[in-house]
Amino acid sequence: MYKYDSYDQAMVDTRVEEFRDQVKRRLEGHITEDQFKPLRLMNGLYLQLHAYMLRVAVPYGTLSSAQMRMLGDIADKYDRGYGHFTTRQNIQYNWIKLEEAPDILADLAKVEMHAIQTSGNCIRNTTSDQYAGAAADEVIDPRPYAELIRQWSTFHPEFSFLPRKFKMAVIASDTDRAAMRLHDIGIQLVRNEMGEIGAAFYVGGGMGRTPMIAPLINPFVPIDQMITYSEACLRVYNRYGRRDNKYKARIKILVHELGKEDYTAQVEAEFLHLLSQNIEPPLDELSRIKAQFVDPPFDAAAPDTIDRSDPDFALWNDTNCLPHKKPGYIAVTISLKPVGGIPGDASADQMRLMADLAREYSFDECRVTHAQNIVLPHVRKADLYTLWQQLDTAGLGTANLDRIGDIIACPGLDYCSLANARSIPVAQKISERLSDKSAAIGELKLKISGCINACGHHHAGHIGILGVDRKGVENYQLLLGGCEGADTSLGQITGPGFDEDGIVDAVEKTTEVYLAARQDGERFLDTYRRVGMAPFKEALYG
Amino acid sequence: MKILTGNDLKTGAVTWWDGVQWSLHVEDAVDVGDHAETILARETAARRVNAGYAIDAVKDEGGVRPGHIKERIRALGPTVRIDLTLKPADPEAGTWVI
Repeated sequence: MYKYDSYDQAMVDTRVEEFRDQVKRRLEGHITEDQFKPLRLMNGLYLQLHAYMLRVAVPYGTLSSAQMRMLGDIADKYDRGYGHFTTRQNIQYNWIKLEEAPDILADLAKVEMHAIQTSGNCIRNTTSDQYAGAAADEVIDPRPYAELIRQWSTFHPEFSFLPRKFKMAVIASDTDRAAMRLHDIGIQLVRNEMGEIGAAFYVGGGMGRTPMIAPLINPFVPIDQMITYSEACLRVYNRYGRRDNKYKARIKILVHELGKEDYTAQVEAEFLHLLSQNIEPPLDELSRIKAQFVDPPFDAAAPDTIDRSDPDFALWNDTNCLPHKKPGYIAVTISLKPVGGIPGDASADQMRLMADLAREYSFDECRVTHAQNIVLPHVRKADLYTLWQQLDTAGLGTANLDRIGDIIACPGLDYCSLANARSIPVAQKISERLSDKSAAIGELKLKISGCINACGHHHAGHIGILGVDRKGVENYQLLLGGCEGADTSLGQITGPGFDEDGIVDAVEKTTEVYLAARQDGERFLDTYRRVGMAPFKEALYG
Repeated sequence: MKILTGNDLKTGAVTWWDGVQWSLHVEDAVDVGDHAETILARETAARRVNAGYAIDAVKDEGGVRPGHIKERIRALGPTVRIDLTLKPADPEAGTWVI
């Protein structure tokens, strides 16, 4: 894992003290809320429905056990004993007191964490594949490159006031586990015929009210020019992105309106100019970063077998574990989606337990996934059963990864001031109604957003649900056919919306149509793509 | 009726104008008629409320009920964590917001 150098630490510590002074001046009345609001947002502090909410950055989703432990301790010390892991691999606390916010940031700084650039029209936390460094199918570990982007984008003076927020994702395998093409810039690290590593740039994707899949604008940027090319993409956006209308301000609108060819031509011209300016970070810096992401000391003699005699464990092993690049090891996903639970929420005790398990079984490391789960990336197969027993005892052993109970849900109207409808109760009802059929249904990614901003990624759900406000009453639209993977697609609305109970019935009917129509080996998405919308609409609206 | 709501500056807690001060309980809220702007300007300047605004509500035998579900959820707390609301002992409290 990356360790702060003295410059990183000084930068974060300085920011904490700066914010402490800003809070003091606000509480003493020296600055108004209008003056203070942009300052607190720069430090991740929102005012939400019930209290202040603090969003803490988890760079590319990677946490040490000390960091995870601190997140749990903060939940106890400053919040109400829990936190909410988000679809951008971050964590949010829902009950923060303004007067305590600087102390929280100071505690975070002790473990090399912060909340900088988790709000505002700047480059947000860069996300990545939760199995980075463990997956057998990656061409290279993407984390050093995500870290390089983090350093380049942090406090970047030219990109601190972009037309709108800006999200980047970096992956290094054909299996996209980070919704890469639904980001403002998605980078896939690839290897060319010469064996050289480069970056494929996908630019102009996103969800929200105008969902778009990012087009490929350059299939191979040499890796030692990745930052320069990113700068060119941002600079063209910063120059021409619309600032007159926030709903048309994201880069996806610019790329769409200019057209991929025109936008790309301008990026290439800017890229040529920037190459002459020699802005790429020195390779020594990349080497310094990469040295901190070397493989942990894997045991070459680790047994490569698993005792699966316990059927509950075997089910979890089948569902929640991914093959590892090293024999004798496996990557484990801890589901934060117990049946009827709140997706992404973890108690302080659960966070501390996961920290302990990461230290004991996964070389001191865990990951937050964009699907609101936690990964232990490097677990010895010989330890797997013992690990599962401890997870199961703590309510963290649910076997439902990528199943219908593994629902992504935004906080919705229960917490969020932007939301139009509640998301979590719908997720809970669907989970309770259909979890018994989970094994029969198989892979089915269900995603729920409480408003058009799409924090719950409803456009990318095999089944998506969008909560809307219909004359003051919650109403839910159903979408089918979305996908966030390598074959990214956007879901299509089935028709008129449903009330809270009606949407649960509608999801159940949808699964019944699938089960009746599927052919051998088909996932829900495969069947939908083969048969189309018609049979589903017939069942829903007949 | 028109009632006033906002957040406590220090804690962020949802508050309601009861005619004298800011209460945590929506049932204490009073009709401010045409005086919303005046009250909010004074209270905001004194930092007794943050991000205040006026909303529509009705008052009946059940008490004061904000007109929009968002405000009813603000008044109660998250319906998915009744234990963290102002009525933690009432498992049916969430039905009030619907």
